[in-house]
Amino acid sequence: MEEISSLIHGFGVALSPTNVALMFVGVILGVIIGVLPGLGGANGVAILLPLTFGMAQTPGGATSAIILLSCIYWGALFGGAITSILFNIPGEPWSVATTFDGYPLAQQGKAGQALTAAFTSSFIGALLAVVMITFLSPVVAKFALAFGPPEFFAVYLLTFCAFVGTSKEPPFKTLAAMMLGFALAAVGTDTVTGTLRLTFGSTHLLTGFDFLVAVIGLFGIGEILLTLEEGLAFRGASAKINSKVVLETWRELPRYWLTSVRSTLVGCFMGIVPGGATPASFMSYGVARRFSPDGAKFGTGKVEGVVAPETAAHAAGTSALLPMITLGVPGSPTAAVLLGGLMIWGLQPGPLLFVEQKDFVWGLIASMYLGNIAGLIVVLTCVPLFAAILRIPFSIIAPVIIVICAIGSFTVKNAIFDVWMMVVFGVLGYLFKKTQYPLAPLVLAIVLGDNAESAFRQAMLMSQGDLGILFANALVGTMTTLALALLGWPMISALLGKLRGKQG
Amino acid sequence: MTDGPEGEGRAAFGQKSAELAVAAFFFVIGAVVIADSLRLGTGWQEVHGPRPGYFPFYLGLIMCAASLINAARALLAKRAEDKAFVEVGQLRLVLTVLVPTAVYAGLVSWIGIYVASFLYIALFMRWLGKYPWWKAAAVPGCLIVVFFVVFENWFKVSLPKGPLENLLGLG
Repeated sequence: MEEISSLIHGFGVALSPTNVALMFVGVILGVIIGVLPGLGGANGVAILLPLTFGMAQTPGGATSAIILLSCIYWGALFGGAITSILFNIPGEPWSVATTFDGYPLAQQGKAGQALTAAFTSSFIGALLAVVMITFLSPVVAKFALAFGPPEFFAVYLLTFCAFVGTSKEPPFKTLAAMMLGFALAAVGTDTVTGTLRLTFGSTHLLTGFDFLVAVIGLFGIGEILLTLEEGLAFRGASAKINSKVVLETWRELPRYWLTSVRSTLVGCFMGIVPGGATPASFMSYGVARRFSPDGAKFGTGKVEGVVAPETAAHAAGTSALLPMITLGVPGSPTAAVLLGGLMIWGLQPGPLLFVEQKDFVWGLIASMYLGNIAGLIVVLTCVPLFAAILRIPFSIIAPVIIVICAIGSFTVKNAIFDVWMMVVFGVLGYLFKKTQYPLAPLVLAIVLGDNAESAFRQAMLMSQGDLGILFANALVGTMTTLALALLGWPMISALLGKLRGKQG
Repeated sequence: MTDGPEGEGRAAFGQKSAELAVAAFFFVIGAVVIADSLRLGTGWQEVHGPRPGYFPFYLGLIMCAASLINAARALLAKRAEDKAFVEVGQLRLVLTVLVPTAVYAGLVSWIGIYVASFLYIALFMRWLGKYPWWKAAAVPGCLIVVFFVVFENWFKVSLPKGPLENLLGLG
């Protein structure tokens, strides 16, 4: 078992005092970010990423930096549940399904029970997903080592086509949003020939649009503008968790083991496929409602209705890192930001990481185990504190968040131009959200655009311009075919639906 | 849109107009991308392979096509589905935040991020939160000191400064 020894080595890296301290800092920051409106995993990590530039330059610093940032991600995943249950406001899109049963529980005075169930099942979902990452990622990486440019382009194609095929937004809006992302990625110096593209003589655009600024604007400012429409006040249940409630809930939870297993499977699958945590949580809630003997009572405050979406969301959020570290293709917007971080720190994400950066990869995987334990401890002990953050009036918290976003945008390249761009992206984010243009494929396209393009151009060079290279062997052919099938899926399923309608 | 009852709940824009506007935005961007790609060349070039405009050209084409389809779908949507995109009251709230934020972003290059942030948070608290002046000054006052220490001292990140910082010898 080579993985076990690598993992033990990883624990050695992750357990240094600095890294453990960073884990707790990351988790606490992450929960705060998850609780605050307008800040979430993706833009929270984006704001803090520039601050790690210096850290990543020291020996072993890149590992510490990724531990800090990934723990912010875990914290944000935990934090989303707090606002869903206590305030009926999903802090993160993947916690929407948690409000269905979590908020009724809180209204019945069982907030402590709901929170404990949510945190514990999140932890279990994440833990099982990390176990899967531990054993599956070296295999995937080894497999992917043989990939050339056509194979990588096929992987990118598959990722983006999967968005069109699986997203709940209208397919042509998904497509338009994605292409905008690619176009933004193309701005600046062409990586292959050095030609300037889409800059129109502006010196600000020479280095292109930074995905961090886009993420901060789209998710941060856009989200705040959306929240504003709902009014300025939050009303919430009070949070009390004591050890008695925790132990009682833990005694109850094993009853829902089957739900947990099902939800973890749904979550892991949806996380690896770039569907992400949000659909996973909804799917898992739906599946649990169908199969549970109490299914009819879902929505009135069943603990099982909290367990299912939380387990799946965390399993998906965690397994989204599997394709990120093995193939360099992130499964979620936050994973995309982390991937961008790796590139900025000078690490080339992809299968070679497992060969060249063993300390980094296994330190990260070990930190996933430890970070989630740290997360569980932090959220169980500090819930009232975090809930208190939401009691800060909106007229204070909103401008402070916007200022933090502005500082975050500035620090990316030390450019005031980026602060202006943040506002522009904020307005776009608001408009896109309201007209159902998905933001996740847009962000992924900005991050992966250059890589996808250069993979394509290298593949074309290999074949002297023959697109047939994307079907040249069984592997690349299967991936390309699958991608095209996913791309056409909305049309196929609409056609099937019509046929079925005619028969009925 | 002008007739109809006056009030906060009235639609400022319909969903259909918003859909069309966003589709138009995508179309324009797509057209710009196509235009620049044509300038760069979309064909094949010896040694380098596809020219720099090759990839963006097709992106632009897809973007324009997709936005035409989206616009058509918005036009064909049933009238009953044309619900309010944003109500007047909501739009007012959004603009009361958006306009000062845009002004704030513009001010950063003139007076530095610290003074701009102070003014922004203070005015926000005073106007939207109706806080007394001393509170609206104390909260952002403390915050920017914390920001200064965290960024300039801990992280050694130099944020934009203006005349005030220069006067105090902090620039």
